[in-house]
Amino acid sequence: MPIDRAQVEHIAALARIALTDDETEAFARQLSDILDQFEVLQALDTTGVEPTAHVAGLDTVLRDDEPADSLDAEDTLLNAPRRRADFFQVRAVLEE
Amino acid sequence: MSETPTDQLWQLSASEASRRLADRQISSVDLTESCLDRIAEVDDRISAYITVTADLARQQAADADRRIAAGEATPLTGLPMQIKDLLCTNGVATTCASRMLAEYVPVYDATAVSRLREQGAVLLGKGNMDEFGMGSSTENSAFFPTRNPWDTARVPGGSSGGSAAAVAAGAAPFALGTDTGGSIRQPASFCGVTGLKPTYGRVSRYGLVAYASSLDQVGPIARDAADCALILQAIAGHDPRDATSLPDPVPDYPAALTGDIKGLRLGVPSEYFAEGMDSGVRAAVTAAIEQLADLGAEIREVSLPTTEYALAGYYIIAPSECSANLARYDGVKYGYSYQDDGPGDVDMWEAMERTRQHGFGPEVKRRIMLGAFALSSGYYDAYYHKAQQVRTLIRQDFARVFEEVDALAAPVSPVTAFPIGDRTDDPVRMYLVDVYTLPVNMAGLPAMSIPCGFVRSNTDQGLPVGLQLIGPHLSEGRLLNIAHTYQQATAWHQQRPEI
Repeated sequence: MPIDRAQVEHIAALARIALTDDETEAFARQLSDILDQFEVLQALDTTGVEPTAHVAGLDTVLRDDEPADSLDAEDTLLNAPRRRADFFQVRAVLEE
Repeated sequence: MSETPTDQLWQLSASEASRRLADRQISSVDLTESCLDRIAEVDDRISAYITVTADLARQQAADADRRIAAGEATPLTGLPMQIKDLLCTNGVATTCASRMLAEYVPVYDATAVSRLREQGAVLLGKGNMDEFGMGSSTENSAFFPTRNPWDTARVPGGSSGGSAAAVAAGAAPFALGTDTGGSIRQPASFCGVTGLKPTYGRVSRYGLVAYASSLDQVGPIARDAADCALILQAIAGHDPRDATSLPDPVPDYPAALTGDIKGLRLGVPSEYFAEGMDSGVRAAVTAAIEQLADLGAEIREVSLPTTEYALAGYYIIAPSECSANLARYDGVKYGYSYQDDGPGDVDMWEAMERTRQHGFGPEVKRRIMLGAFALSSGYYDAYYHKAQQVRTLIRQDFARVFEEVDALAAPVSPVTAFPIGDRTDDPVRMYLVDVYTLPVNMAGLPAMSIPCGFVRSNTDQGLPVGLQLIGPHLSEGRLLNIAHTYQQATAWHQQRPEI
């Protein structure tokens, strides 16, 4: 299935990745090549086959809700790109 | 080997070093120093390490020697190791070979790492890899490619290429790798070392930076099966911090190495010997299976008919999970963040898009985009849902053959180590390198790669070939015993590259 530039731009917007023109061109070609490989699946009859989510069938694993220490503020903020006091600093989310 | 000079201690296998440490024949400080010297000697040629933690290693080695002297040692106390840079190490940079995390320093250890540290293992450093585990050659590292110690013009495989190359070159007695579609087994095969991908959930994924969470698994890369048994023993088991880790009790893996496989029913899946396989690989794997028959295994040809759909299924599921997992890299809480505080400061969305543009390499972006597409409105049923059904059929294939046989023997990869740059321009050709390893991840099974021969190449030494052993869920002990029995009778695993 061929993917065109407009589709690549749409996917990149969904994935929140800015692309250069060259990248858009290359991804259109490469994603088309990869999707061609997926065509083989059309030949496989999967009618009535349950999809697999977990290979060992573990389902809804529960544990007791026991209070415990969590990371302190310094550790939590150790890798913050931008910090103000004990907060992660972010760009404005709301318009003024 | 009992006369090993102090500066040659790096040559010892993990098991042998463990015995000598316990007997006080050698010290961890000397062993660690020898490994650090070996890294200094070879790593400028193979680039297996992203970070070498020499000072930390010396300190941990001294601690280990004190612990041994106090009679409080475990089999791993004082053993040096390399950890793939996809596993979090408290206070030590964990880059995932990505610009996105080039400066990232975790404040906690992955569970597999903390279990090794509690046992007293010594961290030599962090292993190079394909960015976030995405690749088959370690050429997708954002920093530098790792080179194969058998021929430095060739790739070591991937994504755990730095780990396999380090073990092969003696720059670490053992390493922890991770395997999502073959990332332990295929580099182990290309580098002539032994690798084990455990059952999904056998080893905790806590602190393993997520790529495809339903497929990822941590495991050892070492010189032989006995070493892998020792390491698996330390890292296996339930972890409340990983809800997908299995509650099953952990058996005694070293005790499973009886060296006896008489009566073992060993299946050979015909689909794993398809067209396009290197003739040298076919010959070496076929000879290894005959050897296993001589050792008492009963060989049966079996069929796994869904195999031909596994590659497509995998390259839908893994990228889909990747696109969800890697959505966390938004430049806010940690990692690279696009900064432009000039008058044209960008808004929140643009900053995020540019963070991801500059922080991720081409293969990571390709997989995120592929996954975002497969999960997007209008395509979900045709791709993702279909791939999850393929996964069920693959599991059923394996379940059916494991009613007739105890384990499977097959090649790890249809090829041996290829030249650096040979496949980087063609993603599909690169993906095909893992065609015989990724069905195992789709079914969550344990599997090993063990050295089983060499093919001729342009160098005198030739290139290693790996035999893959695959078993039913939680059959690690059985696989380790088959590998051990084979290694008792053969010397392929003892061959070392001249570097």
